[in-house]
Amino acid sequence: MADVQKIIGDAVKVHGTERKALMPILQAIVQEKNYLSDEDMISVANVLDLSSAEVFGTASFYTFLDTEERGEYVVRVCKTISCHMAGKDEVINALEKNLKIKAGETTVDKKFTLLTANCLGWCHKGPVMLVNDEVYPELTPQKAVEIIQEHKNR
Amino acid sequence: MSKYTVNLKINEIPISVEEGTTILKAAKELDFRVPTLCYHEDLCVAGNCRVCVVEQTGSKALVAACAVPVSEGMEIHTNSAKVRSARKHIIELLLSEHNSDCTKCYKNGNCELQSLAHEYRVGDHVFADLVTGKHTIDNYSPSIIKDDSKCIRCQRCVRTCTELQSVSALAVAYKGDKQKISTFLDHPLVEVVCTNCGQCINRCPVGALIEKTYLEQVWDAINDPTKHTVVQTAPAVRVAIGEELGYDPGNRLTGKMVGALKRLGFDSVLDTDFTADLTIMEEGTELLSRLKRALVDKDPDVRIPMTTSCSPGWIKFIEHTFPEYLPNVSTCKSPQQMFGALAKTYYARKKGLKAQDIVSISIMPCTAKKYEADRPEMRSSGYKDVDYVLTTRELGDMIKQAGINFKNLPETNYDSIMGDSTGAGVIFGATGGVMEAALRTAYEIVTGREVPFDNINILPVRGMEGIREAKVKLEGCLAEWSFLEGVEVSCAIAHGLANARRLMNAVKSGKVNYHFIEVMACPGGCLGGGGQPIPTSKEIRDKRASAIYQEDENMQIRKSHENPEVKQIYEEFLGAPNGHKSHDLLHTHYTARNKY
Repeated sequence: MADVQKIIGDAVKVHGTERKALMPILQAIVQEKNYLSDEDMISVANVLDLSSAEVFGTASFYTFLDTEERGEYVVRVCKTISCHMAGKDEVINALEKNLKIKAGETTVDKKFTLLTANCLGWCHKGPVMLVNDEVYPELTPQKAVEIIQEHKNR
Repeated sequence: MSKYTVNLKINEIPISVEEGTTILKAAKELDFRVPTLCYHEDLCVAGNCRVCVVEQTGSKALVAACAVPVSEGMEIHTNSAKVRSARKHIIELLLSEHNSDCTKCYKNGNCELQSLAHEYRVGDHVFADLVTGKHTIDNYSPSIIKDDSKCIRCQRCVRTCTELQSVSALAVAYKGDKQKISTFLDHPLVEVVCTNCGQCINRCPVGALIEKTYLEQVWDAINDPTKHTVVQTAPAVRVAIGEELGYDPGNRLTGKMVGALKRLGFDSVLDTDFTADLTIMEEGTELLSRLKRALVDKDPDVRIPMTTSCSPGWIKFIEHTFPEYLPNVSTCKSPQQMFGALAKTYYARKKGLKAQDIVSISIMPCTAKKYEADRPEMRSSGYKDVDYVLTTRELGDMIKQAGINFKNLPETNYDSIMGDSTGAGVIFGATGGVMEAALRTAYEIVTGREVPFDNINILPVRGMEGIREAKVKLEGCLAEWSFLEGVEVSCAIAHGLANARRLMNAVKSGKVNYHFIEVMACPGGCLGGGGQPIPTSKEIRDKRASAIYQEDENMQIRKSHENPEVKQIYEEFLGAPNGHKSHDLLHTHYTARNKY
């Protein structure tokens, strides 16, 4: 388990405790553990002397600041029109079948979360997906499954 | 503010205004009203609702009058064809996402969106209705109902909760069509840091935030022949009820209000001012005894400064935000709860009634009082001490429902017992009032003389400055209080919880040293409470405040300790202030609460 108090403490050393430190601190937590728990948001609110509602408001605005528990690898398949026309549905179907979950869900072993995402800016090389911060363009269903398989073995 | 003037034309009429003035204010100076929804004079500019758009010659896009400052040579049109068309579409778009079931809405008739829809004669379903029926309605709080289906996301409530109150129970969450006003994790208001102050209700332009009403329960009690209904009225109600009934702000209508309550059918119409006076006796005694313990006994456990405890919004705030300072809060219950506890004990005994047959109702300028009455501690009589709390607005509704011609009512006096009050009791309704009332009494107890201020008006504690300080030197003390000789009692007053937070942070930092602190959760004190008539503005608060001080000046007795019924209750029932019986009935304790 990631030590969130330590992550916050380290981030505060760099970014301070002003209001503007909120985003980098939230990003630092998500970087380490892929999501913000309720307690994490309360901890950040206490350190920055903000209301928890404000921290939640900020986190909920940004798709990449997840407030629900996520797996070790967060897979985000672009659902926007170019990737749709290039066959993202087939990619998602293949991933759902391979991971035995639906889009929006996390595997029982907490290793993978499958999500759809708005435009990732790779329209010329769709369909595209992200696994955490890595970009995988020009997917086919088979390629996508191979990438997942490779992550399973990591 | 800069002194440069800017010349511009609004609807072809030239005008010169100070640099930095917004188009909205400049138009107002020329008596052109530009409609607004997200704008509120108590709050910072948001510019998100867009209904205030106006046309600027030479600019392709319409500009938001509330947000754009004037500039030299500007030509503004507030009612051009382009403006009218855009504004109408904006209202129609807002309505497409708004539950427009107006006849069943609590705000029917007092809704800013409804008025604009009427003013602009909007078409029938110009845009598709996007209200999904999936919105949440938070009905758990005894004070506030939050109905997201009516929310237009103008964020007045968020700015109120953040800027005025520094509570930030409400924030904007999610984005785009999912955007909503939310508490932490969308928890019910009753589970988060919300203080129930109701300032958001006072500023919500629609029916998304309203008070929880107990009108029907009160009518049922009145109509039940087996019940004896006792109603108490808070100090600030008498100077604001007129606004619900067609009067201009600032009218003192105590006598007519009492007359109306009698016609509504309450068995006994009594005054919270009576228990305000009683609060002064209890709280003043508590302050003096804390000072004695600190100065003479050198008791390390005694906590100074002592803070007031009448404002239930302040109590909930300090329980959440500064729990380490709870021992500093006076243990006195608020006047409402003292009244409730006595109604079902002392009053019941005097009248030969059983406590279970009494229904105790209060009329308050406050929504937090509804929560306070529901607290488990507030059952000292063995029953719920205050059964139902109605706001000033709900009393206005009752008077209208009963078809009473308020303006023609004769002036009527409060019933006894617990109906006598003093000028000190009535100023509880204004910020600084509890302090002034306490000083009038405490000074006299200690020195045997009146407070050394002209006509006992302690002007330094009055006013609308967010945080005020005052010092009163005690000289010529009576033998019993000789330990206070030469002590300069240092007081501070804050109103609005943002100011309260600033004051408490200063206390915490050790930079300031006070003996006594008065905090009122609402701007202006109770006269600006969350249960007061809508709208409330700075100008209206000032008018209500001067009405309160006029009321005080016109009272024959203006010091709490001279209230004859207060003397009587100590002789017949309570014994001495802070005595055993007082502690059982009139004092309470507080609970540290979560920080989200």
